[in-house]
Amino acid sequence: MSIEVTLTVNGAVRSATVETRRTLADFLREDLSLTGTHLGCEHGVCGSCTVLVNGASARSCLMLAVQANGAEVTTIEGLLDGGTMGVLQEACRDSHSFQCGYCTPGFLMTATELLNERPHPTATEVREAISGNLCRCTGYESIVQGILLAAERGA
Amino acid sequence: MKPPLFQYLAPSSLDEALALRAEHADDCAVLAGGQSLMPLLNLRMAFPGTLIDLGGVSELAGIREFDGGVAIGAMTRQRATERSELVRDRLPLAVRALANVGHPAIRNRGTVGGSLAHADPAAELPAVALALDAELVARSSGGERTIAAADFFVGFLTTALAPDELLVEVRLPGLPAGHGASFVELARRHGDFAVVGVAAAVALDSGGSIADARLAFIGVGGTPVRAREAETLLRGAMPEPAAFAEAAERAKTELDPGSDTHASAAYRRRIAGVLAQRALQEATP
Repeated sequence: MSIEVTLTVNGAVRSATVETRRTLADFLREDLSLTGTHLGCEHGVCGSCTVLVNGASARSCLMLAVQANGAEVTTIEGLLDGGTMGVLQEACRDSHSFQCGYCTPGFLMTATELLNERPHPTATEVREAISGNLCRCTGYESIVQGILLAAERGA
Repeated sequence: MKPPLFQYLAPSSLDEALALRAEHADDCAVLAGGQSLMPLLNLRMAFPGTLIDLGGVSELAGIREFDGGVAIGAMTRQRATERSELVRDRLPLAVRALANVGHPAIRNRGTVGGSLAHADPAAELPAVALALDAELVARSSGGERTIAAADFFVGFLTTALAPDELLVEVRLPGLPAGHGASFVELARRHGDFAVVGVAAAVALDSGGSIADARLAFIGVGGTPVRAREAETLLRGAMPEPAAFAEAAERAKTELDPGSDTHASAAYRRRIAGVLAQRALQEATP
């Protein structure tokens, strides 16, 4: 069973016919070729597939593409600033926030929501905010530092 | 893994949803926020023939004042609920409990009604409903009925909802102004399902003794469990550690937890007592 969906992804209106069981994550990756959104566990535990839906973070593996019909979705590709990295991305690179990079898109989308709601978070608030994202490389310290640096630079 | 094949239906009104619910009663799943159902679909632990998505039924979302407390529409997002001024004012227990539900990204999507209707024995909101003597409003094409929280949670992932009914609202009576609340749980990681959790609320009278106390546990059986004997012990007592310790000991005798890979029954009972004391202490205004 397929349905026509129309949604805004990173500012551009996209329409497609999708199988109703297609998750939003697979829709973004397979149908729109936006492979920056990563799939880790596919059951809502790891946070790698986090995107923003109408500005609010959501696990794209726990949403059907049809549920995003009419919504505004932002993925990691949407953080680019005119073709170059945005402030948050730069700050995380400067802080060596990530190693293998698999969890990176999820962390950055979660951090984007945090900084939108709270431009100057404390380290504790950052830790609380990213508690739903798993990284198996870094021990999280450098990620916290990267997000705090982004806040300092006015992300 | 990916969700199995299903027929997808997206009603845009409650009447339409109820008609579809009745028509597909023997083989359908209801999609609210999807934060419990989607993992079950992805893992192929659920394979309903039909999926009814309530996302378009906007009349099911909303928060309103109700009898000194708050009535919350089934499709109200958990994040909207914890941020509601009315809920923060009237239902501090709900706010404390919601902070333990998954993570912000989960609460952005997850709904109050979805959590209650899913009835996971380790979920937080069912304990809140039970502790506050909530009424759950169920509707079918045939009409509406209210179910007391004590009768709603029947067993593991099982509620008193009939196959043609939808949970449309939960009505949570408030406790007296100035009461305190606490929700503490032991989980392997913050945001995980609790091994054991406790919802507590305490209201004091003008003399400083306990006028009303509520104590409900999660993770100790197939449903949330209210410790009514412990509550009775607390009523009239001064809010002091000795009274909390005595109540916690009594509460432990009211629980019949099971053993699984996460914890033994004995461990759960012991932790329940420790957490109950902490929760009562923190809940004391």
